[in-house]
Amino acid sequence: MTTAAIRTRELSKDYHVGFWRPRPYRALDRLSIEVAPGDVFGFLGPNGAGKTTTLKLLMQLVFPTSGEAEILGRPAGDVGVRRRIGYLPENPYFYDHLTAEELLEYFGRLFGMSAADRRQRIPATLDRLGVGAERRMQLRKFSKGMLQRVGLAQAVLNDPDVLFLDEPMSGLDPLGRRDVRALILELRDQGRTIFFSSHILSDAEALCNQVAIVAKGRLATAGRLSDMKEFEVHGWELVMADVPPGALDAVRARARRVLTIAGDRYAIELPPDGRPEEVLRELTALGATLVSLHPLRETLEDVFVRRVAEMGEGARPSQNP
Amino acid sequence: MNAVRCVAVAVFRESVRDRVYYNLVLFAVLLVGASILIGQLTAGQDVKIIKDLGLSATSIFGLFIAIFLGINLVSKEVDRRSVYPLLAKPIRRSEFIVGKYAGLQLTLLANTVVMTIALYAVLFFLSRDVPERVQAAWDSPALDPALLKAIALIYLHLAVVTAVALFFSTYSSPLLSAIFTMGVYVVGQFNADLKAFDRIVESPVAVAVAKGCYYLLPDFSRFDIKLAVVHGLPVSPGYVAVTAGYAALYVAALLFGAVVIFSRRDFK
Repeated sequence: MTTAAIRTRELSKDYHVGFWRPRPYRALDRLSIEVAPGDVFGFLGPNGAGKTTTLKLLMQLVFPTSGEAEILGRPAGDVGVRRRIGYLPENPYFYDHLTAEELLEYFGRLFGMSAADRRQRIPATLDRLGVGAERRMQLRKFSKGMLQRVGLAQAVLNDPDVLFLDEPMSGLDPLGRRDVRALILELRDQGRTIFFSSHILSDAEALCNQVAIVAKGRLATAGRLSDMKEFEVHGWELVMADVPPGALDAVRARARRVLTIAGDRYAIELPPDGRPEEVLRELTALGATLVSLHPLRETLEDVFVRRVAEMGEGARPSQNP
Repeated sequence: MNAVRCVAVAVFRESVRDRVYYNLVLFAVLLVGASILIGQLTAGQDVKIIKDLGLSATSIFGLFIAIFLGINLVSKEVDRRSVYPLLAKPIRRSEFIVGKYAGLQLTLLANTVVMTIALYAVLFFLSRDVPERVQAAWDSPALDPALLKAIALIYLHLAVVTAVALFFSTYSSPLLSAIFTMGVYVVGQFNADLKAFDRIVESPVAVAVAKGCYYLLPDFSRFDIKLAVVHGLPVSPGYVAVTAGYAALYVAALLFGAVVIFSRRDFK
């Protein structure tokens, strides 16, 4: 049996709010997730859902009220495990009197890298993240996007087996987002495990093979995108051009609906068992040409909005006040 | 150990970048200016005054660094969240605290060493033209090695104040840490009086509280031997050693407390 790269069991965290009469507020409620080695795991949820709290628990920046968290089979917070992980916090902030190179030099020394290792890895990592000549500028002069790139550079400096990214696309322009996507895919191809929190669903859809959705501190749904019922094909959309008059008569009976896009161009929506290949063959035989054919699924966004709505409204009380 | 060294070097570099050592220029100007101004006094008096001024300035400038850098050592990292990526690296929270402390001590050590050299240089220039028979009548020689005892105790005093500031910095804001540290500093100056409280107060409860405070709070008057050294009074090596041991115990206790608090702290 393979050891999970990341595992949480009934992980909960209460914060105490209020000054005079502090009351527990449950930020995370009995979260149990498992991430296999090599997975790109999207941890999704609206603001305040408990994503950052989960990451802080995994980094042991906060301690759990109850439950357990493990990384690579060791308890979260184990110093040995930290040599094998990388972490990018949300809206990262670094020592602004240091340059990007000096920051990586500092962290490289903490990882126990040799001088030769640091000389080789630091410029290579900064190059990989697109930090150019500005690497010798003090970080106080960096834009938010450039700081995010430096944050990613320090997270991958030690060539980690597991990478934790809290809102990695935050503050990045389209070019930066493209670079980060490429980096994640490159790391995935190298067999690294990546756990990233996001509320940008298109990124998760493009990158993740497994997701979990949290809302109000609780797990709403989790699993491989390919196994999730919501993502099963629930129909087909066939778009055809140059359709001769009368050619659609035989198809209409099998279609859910037929929409005229313009002139002789039509969008034909078929049920899951509507055998689109047969319809395509019949119409092309009559002189029509194929524009597109694609399966109809719920988008991650549809699932996300529905699941979050199902969690209901209102403040969450603590389970064990 | 590697992690402690990394953090300590980072603190030292930060203080250099923050132009902490500009205070040395002020110190030099103060000493040179004072030596010119009081050069008119009777020979021997000016040397005494420069010794007193130099030791006091070493102590006060060091205190400013110890308190104002000390209160920010941890709280600034937590407030600005730079501690997040750092603590995700292979470093224990205890190593972080000890490294922070060691870094500031390194800064203070370099500061104190440069001030000591400057003080001896000014004393050398003041005394070089004074005949030997005149110098023989002084309470102590101009380049008195006993000054080093006073400076060593000033440095140990700063080591305790830094530990107090760091302790408060692990769980409170810089402003509160500054107030608490100043409070401990002021009480520490008069702490020796609490030991003899039973001579002026009859209430056994008040005496017990005063004695408790005496043992709990640092006794900073122990570190002040400036007057004795300037006037050439003997200070035994045993006194210096016992005071050094007292400082070491106090610093160890404060660092232990800081580590315990910081190791349990949630960074929300």
